[in-house]
Amino acid sequence: MPDAGIAADDVERIEDFESLQGMTQPEPVRAVEARSGLGVVFWVSFAWVAVMVLLAVLASVLPIKNPNFQDYTAVNIGPSVHHLLGTDELGRDLLSRIIYGSRVSFVIGFASVGLALVVGGAFGLLAGYTGGWIDSVLNAGSLVVLAFPALLAILVIEAFWKPTTLLKLTLMFAVAGAPSLFRVIRATTLSFANREFVVAARTMGATTWRILVRELLPNVVPAAVSFALIGVAVAIILEGSLAFLGLSITLPTASLGNIINEGVQNNNLSLNPFIALWPSIYIFLLLVALNLMADRLRSRFDVRAGNL
Amino acid sequence: MARYIGGRVIQLVVICFFISIVAFLLVHLLPGDPTYTILGPNDTAQARAELLRQLGLDKSLPAQYWTWIGNVFHGNLGISFLTHQTVSNAVGEAFPIDLELIIVSQAMAFIVAIPLALVAALRPNRLFDRIATTSTYALLAVPTFVVAVILVLVVAVKIHIFPATGYNPLSQGIGPNLKSVLLPSISLAVGSVAIYYRLLRADMIATLQEDFITMARAKGLSTPYILLRHALRPSSFALLAGAGLSIGSLFTGAFVVEILFQLPGIGFQIIQAINARDYLVVQGMALVVAIAYVVINFGVDILFTFLDPRVRRA
Amino acid sequence: MIRKQRRTSHLAFPDAAELKEPLLDVQDLYTAFHTARGLVRANDGISFTLDRGRTLGIVGESGSGKTVLTRSIMGLLPNINLERSGSVRFAGHELMSLTPDQLRDVWGTQMAVIFQDPMTALNPVVRVDRQLTESLRIRLGLDRGAAHETAVTLLTSVGIPAPEQRMRNYPHELSGGMRQRVMIAIALACGPKLVLADEPTTGLDVTLQAQILDLLATLQRERSMGMILVTHDLGVVANRADDIAVMYAGRIVEQAPTKELFSHTRMPYTEALLRSIPRLTDASHTRLRAIPGRPPDLAALPPGCPFAPRCPYVQDRCRAEEPPSRTAGAGHLFSCWFPVGSTEGDGALARNVAAGVPAAIAFTGTAAAAAVTTTAAPAPVPPGGAPTGGDA
Repeated sequence: MPDAGIAADDVERIEDFESLQGMTQPEPVRAVEARSGLGVVFWVSFAWVAVMVLLAVLASVLPIKNPNFQDYTAVNIGPSVHHLLGTDELGRDLLSRIIYGSRVSFVIGFASVGLALVVGGAFGLLAGYTGGWIDSVLNAGSLVVLAFPALLAILVIEAFWKPTTLLKLTLMFAVAGAPSLFRVIRATTLSFANREFVVAARTMGATTWRILVRELLPNVVPAAVSFALIGVAVAIILEGSLAFLGLSITLPTASLGNIINEGVQNNNLSLNPFIALWPSIYIFLLLVALNLMADRLRSRFDVRAGNL
Repeated sequence: MARYIGGRVIQLVVICFFISIVAFLLVHLLPGDPTYTILGPNDTAQARAELLRQLGLDKSLPAQYWTWIGNVFHGNLGISFLTHQTVSNAVGEAFPIDLELIIVSQAMAFIVAIPLALVAALRPNRLFDRIATTSTYALLAVPTFVVAVILVLVVAVKIHIFPATGYNPLSQGIGPNLKSVLLPSISLAVGSVAIYYRLLRADMIATLQEDFITMARAKGLSTPYILLRHALRPSSFALLAGAGLSIGSLFTGAFVVEILFQLPGIGFQIIQAINARDYLVVQGMALVVAIAYVVINFGVDILFTFLDPRVRRA
Repeated sequence: MIRKQRRTSHLAFPDAAELKEPLLDVQDLYTAFHTARGLVRANDGISFTLDRGRTLGIVGESGSGKTVLTRSIMGLLPNINLERSGSVRFAGHELMSLTPDQLRDVWGTQMAVIFQDPMTALNPVVRVDRQLTESLRIRLGLDRGAAHETAVTLLTSVGIPAPEQRMRNYPHELSGGMRQRVMIAIALACGPKLVLADEPTTGLDVTLQAQILDLLATLQRERSMGMILVTHDLGVVANRADDIAVMYAGRIVEQAPTKELFSHTRMPYTEALLRSIPRLTDASHTRLRAIPGRPPDLAALPPGCPFAPRCPYVQDRCRAEEPPSRTAGAGHLFSCWFPVGSTEGDGALARNVAAGVPAAIAFTGTAAAAAVTTTAAPAPVPPGGAPTGGDA
């Protein structure tokens, strides 16, 4: 019951503590975010990520150098006309190594999360809506899988299951990520499952499938996508860490973490800091963009992070 | 209340059981044979068979599991082939290092993040808030190993204050111990600061709009008092949830950091063990780590129950 | 860690009995908000006085600006996008010219608010005892033991049984009525001279309402406090307020001592409110005499009298000129061009009924009039088919 006819949308700027108090409407105002549309920041980030992905996908047809070609006449060159980002200690062009390296990150990041989203999401919807013993079993299962630090399990599996291919890594990451997405989607589904519109659909005779797909799914998707984007960021970081430890895709295939690893070895940091610098900046920008997108989605669709 | 905790304990035990199975299977289902590494050049079919029988590897999988678990309950995690140390010894030496890293880094993160978030939530969207929020955004996007690399480059190589690598155990005094742990902890803390700051700030802003805060103001209480004694506690749930959730990534981060800084923690040891097919070590360490993780999560959950009187359901 | 706050100013507040002027004197209070939709005039030209020991009832619909009024009087509103002017004299001090610290001094110890919804106004993670004792210890400087005892006494005085146990409870563990009593206890803890009760009984069932209101009245008498009772329910203030002010669209359109208001209503809005209360003596199925239309949008007020669109007595003059405040006997102020019970008013009503003005027709409310409105506009035939039965 707004008393003075002031809607939450009208309060654009909140300046200080006193201004947060005494708001005339009894309901909490959604602080500071603009409500309609996703905003410039979101779309800029999206565009950035899209461009990066595009570059990675089209890498083989782009006019860039061979990432594995070692040109001994051009070792450790800084940014120049022929090598836009310079070369590494073996004369390989850094720009193309980074672009090819990003392929690995993107494939692993998006594919594994996509897989995790589908599997974890399906189970999450089911568990959240059905409840009962199905929910208990799935929940416990997710806790067991979550209980194992992913890095540990991946290290172990990797060590024994040579050679490490993209496919195996993707599968392992997907298995590691599915429980988290399962829990998020389950929690979101739970919060919606008891709302009136679902009960109403049920009383009108809708089947479980229909309810899941038509009523719950559209409400759950924004939260899921937001967390999925974070998941992509985490996967990219994880793969980077693995590569950094020399435990990801076997060399000489470039991977962003690999390149940073090389940049740190053999005194390269002092000789040619660019080797470590460029991929770091690249990862940094990529992750910032992903985080911005995830955040914007979350605030736009009103999902609270800690609500698990 | 007691029933709730009891239920969670049972859940904990069941999960631990499954974890032990996973730890066991992880090692035993994968290709790779420890005998080659152990025997080395003396590897003949006969010696191999003999060794297999000795190690009990010729028995069926369930039997092996049973033997192993039985031993675990007696505190015997086996013996490392590489170092001939008992696995429990190895774990006992390595695990505290990781724990120390995690504790120190999280303490640092809280000390930095909480005041920042409180001040920022007081004046949302003003200068301080904008600067703090943007910089933490940046921090979020820097992977731990990159932070570590930069730290090493700047602090250890150029300025030479702290040692770049190596670990000084507590027995050698708390000073050198903290020195060797400082850089790694900072690397870990950086990512956490960002997460904690954002979580707390968001929750704080929402809480400060609640009616009971207006009521507290109407009682004439001062702003610092209201912040600390009325607003902080309801806002800290997301923070704790975030802290609880990030324990997994903390372990991961801790492993990466200790490998980089050459602290002899679990990550370091496990990689060596994996490469040497020292399977008992791998199994035992995996088991310990996973169980610790689950127990810590459990502890956080119980903490939740005490902090928020509204949460009493299972 | 509860430390006594440093008092940065010591405003002298005379004992209530020694006051020579009214306890609260509001003159021309104006509160408006700059929003994306324009300037929202929540309070416009509010003036009234309140003496110690007396109760003022402020009555209005949702959207009339009454909650903003309580916050504005106390000075609890945000400073951003806010326009606020006028005078609020409380116990000899002009509140509008106090610094924030001085104002904070006043809150709680001199003036207190009882919020509408105790479920949201009480901190859900703090026990009752701290919510009570913190102001006792911080504002009054009591030590832990004295504060505890005082709190228990307070709980008893608001009618809570077994107060010692209740002290250990959390708000959600108490029933709605008990929470409201706790709120009252908290408001009165530091012995304020003035209490603003903002819809203290909305959401409680009727028996509880009566209990709470009786409780408030008793406490007020015992402590000789001034009380402002804000509500949308005329029934609540009928027996319990000494004076009543009726708010509409951010203004006080009529104020008078209670008996006078009920017996000599002048403003058509007040009259409509009174008539809308269903009576036990009515036959069953009697149609409710609601006021047609909606409260106006405070950001886009039409010129003239704000009630004009819904008024049964409305004339052209009402839509053009805003009526000034006029007196009709001791302490009775109203704003209307064609007041109830006057020759102009009766004439206006008759003309409106004859002309078929909907508000007037609804006001004189008979079954015949109801039939007139339903057949007045025949349902249009939907294209391609005969009209289905039953739509009107």
